[in-house]
Amino acid sequence: MNEDTVIEAKSLTKTYGSAVAVDEISFNVGRGEIFGLLGPNGAGKTTTILMLLGLTDISAGEVNVLGFNPAREPLSVKRRVGYMPDTVGFYDNLTAADNLRYTARLIGFKPMDREKRIAGALDRTGLVEFADKRVGTFSRGMRQRLGLAEIVMKGAQIAILDEPTSGLDPHATAELLAIIRGFKGDGISVLLASHLLERVQSVCDRVALFSGGRIALMGTVAELGREVLGGGYVVDIEADGAGLAERLALIPGVSGVETIGIGKLRLHADRDVRPEAATEVVAMHGRLKYLGVQEPSLDAIYTRYFEARPDEGMTIKEGARHAA
Amino acid sequence: MRREGSAFSGLGVVMLKELSDHLTSVRMRVLEWLVVLVALAALYGAIQQIKDTTAEDPFLFLRLFTTSREPLPSFVSFISFLVPLMAIGLGFDAVNGEYSRRTLSRILAQPIYRDALLFGKFLAGLVTLAVSLITLWLLVVGLGLLLIGIPPGAEEIGRSFLFLLVTIIYAGVWLALALLFSVLFRSAATAALVTLGLWLFITFIWPVLAGAVAQVIAPPDPRYMALGLQTPATAETEQILARLSPSTLFAEVVVALLDPTTRSLGPIYLSQLQGAVLGAPLPIGESMLIAWPQTVGMIAGAILLFVIGYVIFQRQEVRA
Ligand SMILES: Nc1ncnc2c1ncn2[C@@H]1O[C@H](COP(=O)(O)OP(=O)(O)O)[C@@H](O)[C@H]1O
Ligand SMILES: [Mg+2]
Repeated sequence: MNEDTVIEAKSLTKTYGSAVAVDEISFNVGRGEIFGLLGPNGAGKTTTILMLLGLTDISAGEVNVLGFNPAREPLSVKRRVGYMPDTVGFYDNLTAADNLRYTARLIGFKPMDREKRIAGALDRTGLVEFADKRVGTFSRGMRQRLGLAEIVMKGAQIAILDEPTSGLDPHATAELLAIIRGFKGDGISVLLASHLLERVQSVCDRVALFSGGRIALMGTVAELGREVLGGGYVVDIEADGAGLAERLALIPGVSGVETIGIGKLRLHADRDVRPEAATEVVAMHGRLKYLGVQEPSLDAIYTRYFEARPDEGMTIKEGARHAA
Repeated sequence: MRREGSAFSGLGVVMLKELSDHLTSVRMRVLEWLVVLVALAALYGAIQQIKDTTAEDPFLFLRLFTTSREPLPSFVSFISFLVPLMAIGLGFDAVNGEYSRRTLSRILAQPIYRDALLFGKFLAGLVTLAVSLITLWLLVVGLGLLLIGIPPGAEEIGRSFLFLLVTIIYAGVWLALALLFSVLFRSAATAALVTLGLWLFITFIWPVLAGAVAQVIAPPDPRYMALGLQTPATAETEQILARLSPSTLFAEVVVALLDPTTRSLGPIYLSQLQGAVLGAPLPIGESMLIAWPQTVGMIAGAILLFVIGYVIFQRQEVRA
């Protein structure tokens, strides 16, 4: 396994009797990367995660987590990986801090170290003032944050998060995604499974689109967008400066420039031309107010991809039905 | 294939948490009060009865446990009913409760084996039961001392202490059974119902059924029947069947320990009685020997039930 790969799955397969839940999937998660395992309910995301953690047997294929085999060296994997299951549960009769204390004792942290880690983790997740409140009084969003706190407390190298945002309101979702983004800064790699494509696409560096136990598409959102939706990059600019549109049109790779409002331009290009566009604005002594590349919507990519492949599309519908 | 690390890392942590849960739980409080009240009632009955009996008894103290006065059963009968209830009360939701609180996969994603979780829960339950039973035992000894006014002899203390130990083992059997069902059924309510149903069956129905089944397996011999005797083969079969129930084993051990004149458990044959003076008490060591197979049987039963639960738990997929 490569130095920069933290999770490597090769032809990973899980069967329940004659039903195939996960069908020969292969993927890598890089160090410091946020990797999204996305797809409808019943696609096989949770099953894949359980195999990564050694919580269910692997039917076929291989998996390697930080150089360890989860089936043979489960403790080595579990010491280094943090896991937040779908609708994570805590002991309602215990306080937030006591819940973390129990986990810390199970891991085997020494008392001094334990308290320092717990305080740090609660701080990171904005739960300090709730440390001594019983978890029974917590909202869904707070429980999810406590789940992330546990991973921080553990000092995990990889965070595996199953449906972290499901059941959360937009505000709680934003808070949670901000914490997850923060994991990157600490060098924690993240594997995030979700059926809410639109909600998590902004945090994912790379995604695998899952359907009927298979990975249909894998790459950055922009890559998948071009591959499935066709076309190229759409770069929006808000800046002033006369003749800017003409100058921008000359950048190599730009195929068209649209005016979409006062001082607002939209570039169509076959690559990400943000650096060149910024240079042009600066060169003309213009003031740059906004510069962004439009990400294609994952939902659109997903829908379009399976519209074009009716036979695979059936497996999605089946998967969706399972979940319902 | 050797597993990495120790199967018992985390065992102490799990046990301490479960123990503190048990000791602070409302459920345990209720069960304890129930047991104490019932035990006091039984003791009161026993003391009244003993006071009415004028005959001299060298084992007066032991009579506290076994004497009954209508309409109350004796202390030991109460205990043999209530101990299973307490054990089931502590164990029926041990594992499925973790599923329904959705804590199990989070806990098992920590660097511990399932062994530690299950065994920790068993030990915590057993220690809780032991603490309650020891308290109860001290209560009985103290009250007995106060109310009868005659201090118990060393042998009586020894015998009643052995009775305490055996009661804890008996509790362990039921705890292991409850734990098994908590692994088997995802719904705690189902697990509780099935375990209680099995308890009722084993304790009340099986002793009756064992006789009937024995008649089928080893039909009575008409020659014995003509003499109005039980056919030895039938009696033996019935006994073997009855001994499948931990309640039977417990009752037999209790008789051997608390009634020093017990020379044998089960059908008595003339050969065993030769040279024996009926009614003469046996030394404590010999009573222990008589009770030994039943005690071992209960320990084996508890281990067997635990192992079955363990094997099933190991193979379960943990999705919540
Ligand atoms: N214990 C099981 N027995 C049989 N099929 C199962 C079992 N668990 C999950 N499945 C099936 O496996 C498929 C994948 O499930 P899952 O991994 O939970 O999907 P996701 O997490 O993507 O929603 C589903 O079709 C589900 O019905
Ligand atoms: Mg899932």
